[in-house]
Amino acid sequence: MTRARTGEPSELDLLAIACLLPSLLYVLVLFVYPFLYGIYLSLHPLKMDGISLANYIAFFTDEYQYKTVGITFQIAVPNTIVVVATSLLFAYNMRRGIPFDRNITTILVLPISLGVILLAQGILGFYGGKGWFNQLLLGLGILEEPLVLTHNFIGVMLSLFMQQFPFCFLMLLGYISGIDPSIENSARTLGANPWTVFRRVMLPLIAPGLAMAFALVFILSFGTFASAVMLGQPSGATRTIAIAAYAQAFEQFDMPYASAIAVIMGIFQLAGLLMIILLRNRMVTAATMGVGKR
Amino acid sequence: MRGRLWGLAVYMFVLGFILNLLGIVSHVVVSSFAKRWFGTPFPRALTTEWYTYAWREFGLAQVLGVTVFVALTVVFLALLMGFPAAYILARRNFRWKPVLLLLYFLPLLIPQMTYGIPLATTMFRYGIGGTVAGVILAVMVPMVPLAIFILIPFFEQISLNLEWGAAMMGASRYQVFRRILLPLTLPGLLTAGILVLVNTVSNFDLTFLVSGAGSQTLVVALFYNVFAGGVRPVYSVDAMAVMYMTMVMGLLIIALRFVRPTQMVFRLDQPSR
Repeated sequence: MTRARTGEPSELDLLAIACLLPSLLYVLVLFVYPFLYGIYLSLHPLKMDGISLANYIAFFTDEYQYKTVGITFQIAVPNTIVVVATSLLFAYNMRRGIPFDRNITTILVLPISLGVILLAQGILGFYGGKGWFNQLLLGLGILEEPLVLTHNFIGVMLSLFMQQFPFCFLMLLGYISGIDPSIENSARTLGANPWTVFRRVMLPLIAPGLAMAFALVFILSFGTFASAVMLGQPSGATRTIAIAAYAQAFEQFDMPYASAIAVIMGIFQLAGLLMIILLRNRMVTAATMGVGKR
Repeated sequence: MRGRLWGLAVYMFVLGFILNLLGIVSHVVVSSFAKRWFGTPFPRALTTEWYTYAWREFGLAQVLGVTVFVALTVVFLALLMGFPAAYILARRNFRWKPVLLLLYFLPLLIPQMTYGIPLATTMFRYGIGGTVAGVILAVMVPMVPLAIFILIPFFEQISLNLEWGAAMMGASRYQVFRRILLPLTLPGLLTAGILVLVNTVSNFDLTFLVSGAGSQTLVVALFYNVFAGGVRPVYSVDAMAVMYMTMVMGLLIIALRFVRPTQMVFRLDQPSR
């Protein structure tokens, strides 16, 4: 089983190529080519000949457009922090298993599969001005006025949290429970208290997983479309960059401009990813000195 | 003591999460059966007429047909392409393997909204945008890699000795495939198939960008009808949402019989291994 993995890189025979080719061609034709075509298109604005950066300039000089970058950051950054922090808190405390943890994990998986539209529709009803949540709090006399939880930032965040928390939690749980328990036990034996164990031993070991979780949740949040449309104000306060790109493509039918916005969106996602990877490398070099393993 | 407090906090959070989920889901269900519902804890009168209304007005028979057709085709094609690729990626070591794995990983990593717009543009340019075939081709972009990454560990679990043994006894390549690989990876195929199915039915972004009239799946039709709001009574939209949820929940219950919950999210550590 391991021979094939540890051996020298071998050349591929005809069978191997035949096995890889269909899926490889597929990804090249339907993923790589459209991506490159999108970049090419974005440099060829409508009503203009030749290569031009006009679409990019237009985006960054039009306040209605460039504002979407800030709005998207305002949604993506707090959401990422909240989702990752809660996930870490609970994954860490469940790392050695707690009663019913399989059932709990199953329940946490449910919202992933409900899909964004049903979640949004449910959140609109449940947390809306006349929804059960507000009715309960008003009925108990906790509130005087109903809380406005939908059609604003909070609504978008609620929906994003419901979609991303389960995903992030399961990822971190898998990562943390994979860490050798004897490391933690040694630290305990040597007299470290639980907080020190977390801060000095476990956190450095979790850091790479944490960085990946940050990156993934951030990238996902940065592309948010349906949640921002249904639970926010798609033409105002929560007009994210994905909405801007969609509007150019399917309302203005300006595909080159839409492609430019998609490219800009991709660049910001990539930048976020790179920053997190750099951060992770710094943390990891500091952490793994003397650990030996890895 | 502090440990116990943390444990309690975890259970309280899970309880809150369940209540919140129950509230969200049951609000939609109750609303779909309401004759009129405004500002009271519970609707005054119940009715099932919104279901027949939704079925008729939203052309759900056609939408459901498209959804099932798209989902089954995507599952079949994703497994057909993913199976051989996963086999080679699990068994062989070659020079460009890390690059190839990254290439397969990208459609899962990059949000669908980002590559969906250039993809939709390309598809509309070649005239397959807005068709059922276009939707299938678009949804398969992340689903083929998903199938591959789910299948790789299943191949890794099969000892190479089984294949060598069979080959020594004179089995042909086809026989090894038919008698050894296929039966032993059946659980993997099942897992991958179910996860691709669930993900296809609930895929919004790509389907939304590429579909047109007549090629919408249930979740996209649902979105459009929410936005035709004002014209559509909210109860009928909720009825449609309940039908969608029943379908996904049904699939999920079947899925959870075969699949561990942690397999529902693709694992990050796989591509780098």
